[in-house]
Amino acid sequence: MSIMQTLVQTAARFKPDADPDPLIASKKYVGRALDRVDGRLKVTGGARFTAEYAPDDMVYAAPVFSTIAKGKVRRLDTAAAESSPGVIAVITPKNMPRLVTPSLTDFAKLDKIAASNLPVLQDDSVHWNGQVIAVVIAETHEQAQEAAARVRADYDADEGMVSFERNKDKAIMPKDVLGEPPEIKIGDAEKNLKSAPVQVDATYRSPYYNHSAIEPHATIAYWEGDDRLYVFDSTQWVEGYRNSLAHVFALNRENIRVMAPFVGGGFGGKAGFWWNTILCAAAAKMVGRPVKLALSREGVFRIVGGRTVAEQRVALGATREGKLTALIHTGLTVTPDHARYAEQCTFPTRHLYATEALHVAQYVVNLDMVANTWMRAPGESIGTFAVESALDELAVELRMDPIELRRKVEPARDPTKDTEFSSRNLIEAYERGAAEFNWSSRNLQPRSRRDGAWLVGHGVATAYYPALRFPGGARVRLEADGTAIVQAAANEMGMGVATGQLQHAADRLGLPLHCVEFDYGDSHLPTSPMAGGSCQTLSILAATRATVEKLHRELLKLEQKDSASPLKGAKYEDLVARDNGLFLASEPSRGVSYVEILRKAGKPYLEVEGVSSAPMEMMKYSMASYGAQFCEVRVNETTGEVRVARWLGSFDCGTVLNPKTAMSQLRGGIVMGIGMALTEEMLVDGRSGRIMNRSLAGYHVPVNLDVPRIDVLFNDIPDPQTALGAHGIGEIGITGVAAAIANAVYNATGKRVRDLPITLDKLL
Amino acid sequence: MRNFAYAKASNSTEAIRLLGHSGAAKFLGGGTNLVDLMRENIEQPESLVDITSLLREIQENADGGVTIGAAARNSAVAAHRTIRERFPVLSQAILFGGSGQVRNMATIGGNLMQRTRCDYFYDAASRCNKRTPGAGCDAIDGFNRMHAILGWSPDCIATHPSDMCVALAALDASVEVEGRDGKRSIRFTEFHRLPGNTPHVETDLRPGELITSVTIPKLDAARRSVYRKVRDRSSYAFALVSVAAVLEVENGVVKTARLALGGVAHKPWRAGPAEEALQGSPANEASFGRAADTALAGAKGFAHNEFKIELAKRLIASTLADLARKDGAR
Ligand SMILES: Cc1cc2nc3c(=O)[nH]c(=O)nc-3n(C[C@H](O)[C@H](O)[C@H](O)COP(=O)(O)OP(=O)(O)OC[C@H]3O[C@@H](n4cnc5c(N)ncnc54)[C@H](O)[C@@H]3O)c2cc1C
Ligand code: SF4
Repeated sequence: MSIMQTLVQTAARFKPDADPDPLIASKKYVGRALDRVDGRLKVTGGARFTAEYAPDDMVYAAPVFSTIAKGKVRRLDTAAAESSPGVIAVITPKNMPRLVTPSLTDFAKLDKIAASNLPVLQDDSVHWNGQVIAVVIAETHEQAQEAAARVRADYDADEGMVSFERNKDKAIMPKDVLGEPPEIKIGDAEKNLKSAPVQVDATYRSPYYNHSAIEPHATIAYWEGDDRLYVFDSTQWVEGYRNSLAHVFALNRENIRVMAPFVGGGFGGKAGFWWNTILCAAAAKMVGRPVKLALSREGVFRIVGGRTVAEQRVALGATREGKLTALIHTGLTVTPDHARYAEQCTFPTRHLYATEALHVAQYVVNLDMVANTWMRAPGESIGTFAVESALDELAVELRMDPIELRRKVEPARDPTKDTEFSSRNLIEAYERGAAEFNWSSRNLQPRSRRDGAWLVGHGVATAYYPALRFPGGARVRLEADGTAIVQAAANEMGMGVATGQLQHAADRLGLPLHCVEFDYGDSHLPTSPMAGGSCQTLSILAATRATVEKLHRELLKLEQKDSASPLKGAKYEDLVARDNGLFLASEPSRGVSYVEILRKAGKPYLEVEGVSSAPMEMMKYSMASYGAQFCEVRVNETTGEVRVARWLGSFDCGTVLNPKTAMSQLRGGIVMGIGMALTEEMLVDGRSGRIMNRSLAGYHVPVNLDVPRIDVLFNDIPDPQTALGAHGIGEIGITGVAAAIANAVYNATGKRVRDLPITLDKLL
Repeated sequence: MRNFAYAKASNSTEAIRLLGHSGAAKFLGGGTNLVDLMRENIEQPESLVDITSLLREIQENADGGVTIGAAARNSAVAAHRTIRERFPVLSQAILFGGSGQVRNMATIGGNLMQRTRCDYFYDAASRCNKRTPGAGCDAIDGFNRMHAILGWSPDCIATHPSDMCVALAALDASVEVEGRDGKRSIRFTEFHRLPGNTPHVETDLRPGELITSVTIPKLDAARRSVYRKVRDRSSYAFALVSVAAVLEVENGVVKTARLALGGVAHKPWRAGPAEEALQGSPANEASFGRAADTALAGAKGFAHNEFKIELAKRLIASTLADLARKDGAR
């Protein structure tokens, strides 16, 4: 850590708390289960997604993928492709525009967000199996595809390192893990483990996963002259893409506009500034026409990375009473040298449980693979599989109810950060969940309940995800008729962003919902962070709050030019926004409407732009959401098939903006967790590094029949440190799911599966 | 995908004429497999002859059997009343395949002719004897969870992916075909081939021949029949192992047994020796277990599919036991 960082952190700890957001107490729309505002458009096909735009004169791009993992393209025969009908150009390293090489994600610099720092089609080298080695541009999509299949490549292949199994011994400790130390030691955990009366020491494995968002990545790009670039892209970070395009094409940011009004899911796979966007913009530049590059499903598997394979050790030493004396969690993941992303699998363990001694450490092995990247709750999802399975194993050893064990290890302060929690009500989530799920009827003894051929079991696990916020901006424009528009770059991938933000803006402004609009999905709008890390909602809430405060202060100033104003002499702090205007908190009858203020000031509208403060609260406190995942599984004794029969997620994630959209988010996370636990696995051939099941026929996401009814409970306890007391909830749903299932499978069968996915052969 | 020509045939003679025998043209059923393979450039026909407007009838025969036109849709066959009553195993097998959308498009002929789902077959960058004879087989030392445990050869260990065909194999069906040289009928169990050293030759169909129908002979015992499929998710996945079984028990003794397995071989696997072992044996767990062992005799798996042997045995034994129960309930 630099001296500067240390200073900031120390300062943050002594900074006095701001008062909790007063809107927590007076919210009106916030907390209501409103239908999503874009719901009708989506179910009627009215919502336009990237690939559905069709600028005049548009042509189509089709990438050609390498078939080796490492080496050089010796000869690229493009003659047959070039003479194929409709072909306009074949882009290869020879004629590709010279570009600046993209930079890896650096949260301090928002033009550096790429998942890989390889030059994009600038030379003949190949770094992973499936890398783009050429792009065909043609008049139609079909012609481009046909010609792409006619490109022939000869390679000088190098050995390459592609097998995880064979290269584990080459593991190294990364310099950092998302800016945090790769290793933390408190006390001597190994020594404590050896002397502990009860011990668990096990290795947990999880495979490569792919996001499989319903909308494959798509881009449409066109240029105006040499220096103005317009891009529609299925990105989850319009602004990051804009800035990165500026970096790569050496343009002014103001000259680029990236638009993503609707995105069909991203789950982290659309944040890493992947090659498809860059190639599309380069192609448009070369041919001087709008170009569409819509990846096929195979294309997504080939050039957009997913979640790394992982091998994690968790060892627990405990007293007979269930106090932890040692907590060890080490993780080995894969990242290519051009990605350097060590997935933060030990992060949950750093903040979850009280222990006398702790050791967490992360290692990576560099393989010649497509860049790995964030995938829903990166780190926490696989990390909770390991640590929550191990805790269940400990409960078994102790013959203790696993919820009782969670009570014994509940910490008073964050164990590694050594700060207070801003809001942590995990045990309450467990208790509410246990009551609703009827947990007390579960058998402690495994393999003791059956229904015909099916063994029935119950499992539980902790869900955990940090509450992150990034500084951001917003613009609020109040019209003379008393309506308002709130604007932020923001990304809507289906989470319900616009709906939640509208509810907040209406309450913050004291306006009826139908008088407020929310405008988003465009890099020309005020800065927003990526829709990732579950940070977007909280960040925009804070930015809108700051901006509305600014608006109200300006309105007050305007109003007080009128000497007869009912708000004469009032200070900003004395006001509340309600009933379409500003009123004195102490004297509810004294106030004035927005329409009146603007009318008197002779203004057709008032527009202000604001920014939120740096997230100092995140340094002062340990801030996170928590949850308890409960499930019932049935395992067929004859065939080993596992079916999830019942689910309840009980969450502690601050104020819930909209229970309807929130439940959808959490259910979606749980469904994805069921896939992670039971059905999903990306098959990477250990000889070639090639992904073999690169379609949704072979990569099995759960089908409807795999998903039971999912009930969701909320503590709904506001976090005093955040706007509205809210947290982001996009990712916590998936955490703990795989462990809860593995724990339930153990309870059903007496077999502990530590190796995902839990396929039936592991239970025969 | 390569550009291609398209023609729609109005009768089978025209279809056969349009196809020619150069091998450059292919019949088009629902396209659910062929078009996929064309998109992947695995199949590259110059022209397609659409046969979906003919051969769609499902006809009850005087002897109590059924003849199904080659272009009848899978969902129509599964829903057909006579088939549901007399051959429930067939209806069930179809409903265990694909999704509603796929079944609405897929035809009977296309289902018979669908190609393996081996990932290396689907990937032009991999070595595959089925795609390129003599190239080698990347599945043997690669991912082979979905692959064969019976009847494979060192040249190819792929499986036939169909569910419907497993039921047809158990039901002693026959395939009627027509070509320039006339019509012939092929026993269903001989229609698909084992890979041997020519895994690219998958069926007994000759170049230029059209499948016109499939006939199922009368089999009263088939009223008590069942299809069970085990797969990697609850629906919309190909079989790891499946079983089509017919069982008729009289006075506690097996009178009629038909048994076929899916997901285990290059063809729908009729378990003849197991049927013989069952015939005349007491209908009890011991006989069913013996039949299962007999069916899997000689089975050998690979790195990722060894488990199929045990799974298949268990599935056979439990399926027969379920059928033997008085009510036939699962
Ligand atoms: C995602 C997915 C999942 C699936 N899951 C399953 C499953 O679980 N179980 C299962 O059994 N199947 C499954 N299927 C396969 C499906 O059953 C087949 O694709 C389908 O039966 C093929 O029928 P079709 O009419 O579409 O054939 P087409 O794709 O039109 O043709 C397939 C082949 O048959 C040839 N052909 C067609 N008709 C004739 C004829 N009359 N005479 C001679 N040749 C002919 C064609 O030339 C072609 O070579 C799945 C398919 C998909 C796409
Ligand atoms: S198993 Fe058969 S289909 Fe698969 S790669 Fe080998 S030869 Fe090809």
